[in-house]
Amino acid sequence: MDSYKQILKNGLWVNNQAFVALLGLCPLLAVSNTLINGLGLGLATTLTLVLSNLVISLVRHNVGSEVRLPVFVLIIASIVTIIELIMNAYFYELYLILGIFIPLIVTNCAIIGRAEAYASKNPVGASCMDGLAMGLGFTSALVVLGAAREIIGSGTLFANAHLMFGESASNLTMVIIDDYEGFLLAILPPGAFIGLGLLIALKNIIDARQAKPTQQTVNMDFASKKA
Amino acid sequence: MTNTNKVIIKSAWVLGLFSLIGIGLVSLTHNVTADKIADNERLFVLKNLRVLVPDEMHDNDLLTDVIEFSAPDSFGNKHPVKIYKAFKNQQLVAIIASPTAADGYNGSIKLLVAIRKSGELIGVRVVSHQETPGLGDAIDSNKSDWIHSFAGLSLNNPELSAWQVKRDGGHFDQFTGATITPRAVVKAVRKTLQYYQANKDALVTNEKKSDG
Repeated sequence: MDSYKQILKNGLWVNNQAFVALLGLCPLLAVSNTLINGLGLGLATTLTLVLSNLVISLVRHNVGSEVRLPVFVLIIASIVTIIELIMNAYFYELYLILGIFIPLIVTNCAIIGRAEAYASKNPVGASCMDGLAMGLGFTSALVVLGAAREIIGSGTLFANAHLMFGESASNLTMVIIDDYEGFLLAILPPGAFIGLGLLIALKNIIDARQAKPTQQTVNMDFASKKA
Repeated sequence: MTNTNKVIIKSAWVLGLFSLIGIGLVSLTHNVTADKIADNERLFVLKNLRVLVPDEMHDNDLLTDVIEFSAPDSFGNKHPVKIYKAFKNQQLVAIIASPTAADGYNGSIKLLVAIRKSGELIGVRVVSHQETPGLGDAIDSNKSDWIHSFAGLSLNNPELSAWQVKRDGGHFDQFTGATITPRAVVKAVRKTLQYYQANKDALVTNEKKSDG
């Protein structure tokens, strides 16, 4: 069994569902036009992942492999419908903005993917952790892409924060660039694709830097100490 | 019974059981949240109506004094459209119609059009749309002031032939890079005003459903 730390690292970075597995791109690209929208959908997806991994791990010995997938889909669909109803009741305005993408969490391949690849084979604790880590990894992708598109596209950050955190948060909205005309491309769908591409490239550069032989780093440290 | 049959029957039971549990949990949540959701939807409509017809203008419950009219040609909607009536001291002061501009750039634009008894517009608001961000979405009252330009206008002001965007030789501004969206909104508002004028007798009755 993997250690929790390993699972967390896996979900957030090594096997990030958005940046590495490239799963769940439809909601990722559609809802990442502002930071708050991204955060809202990310958290709803994370909750779904944790709950579906929990339930599927609990019943993994009682469900034969023949009906495994329909049962997983049933579980995920029930969980998402319950989350949708709760959001409709208690986060109504956010629910209106995220709209169709809440019920569409059911079709996010990342969720059935984790159910099949992890939760159906691992104990409950590790499965919950995996759901949490994968969910947070997906959320961070949505938040980073959302923040970048919001700043470049509209010159603000945390717009509509009151939809999530209540009226007291409405002054959280920051105007990053004053008198900004807006850069339409960043808000429109092409901006999402380009932004995602750049973020994946950035991640690959960081990974490549880290993967360089440690020998060099040691030498350089040594050199800098000497200097 | 063969082994395969056993497996099939067991699988069917498992699937059935999970369906039942799933339905049970969803129904339970639905029951718990149903009132709150209905409340949210009510308040959301009311909030939009109040922007156009604020509380000091009327003393009735707008959501109770509502009638439905079916006029696909005027309201761009094949289903009956709600018309809310505002009363003050038992007298009808205004109506709010909810037409749809079906010919937006990207799908339908849902509007609220508030008309004073005299036929003068109190104002127009966009309730929902999917127009292009940064271009057509200037019809949204929190994106630009354009939608406010309807306040105080009527079918004679400007004259009927000027109920078009400037590019078509009319009175109303279009936006840079977006003519289709404002054109659709102007047309929908004009049709609603024309419907009001033609059916004024049926609409402007002092009958009300709410108390008081």
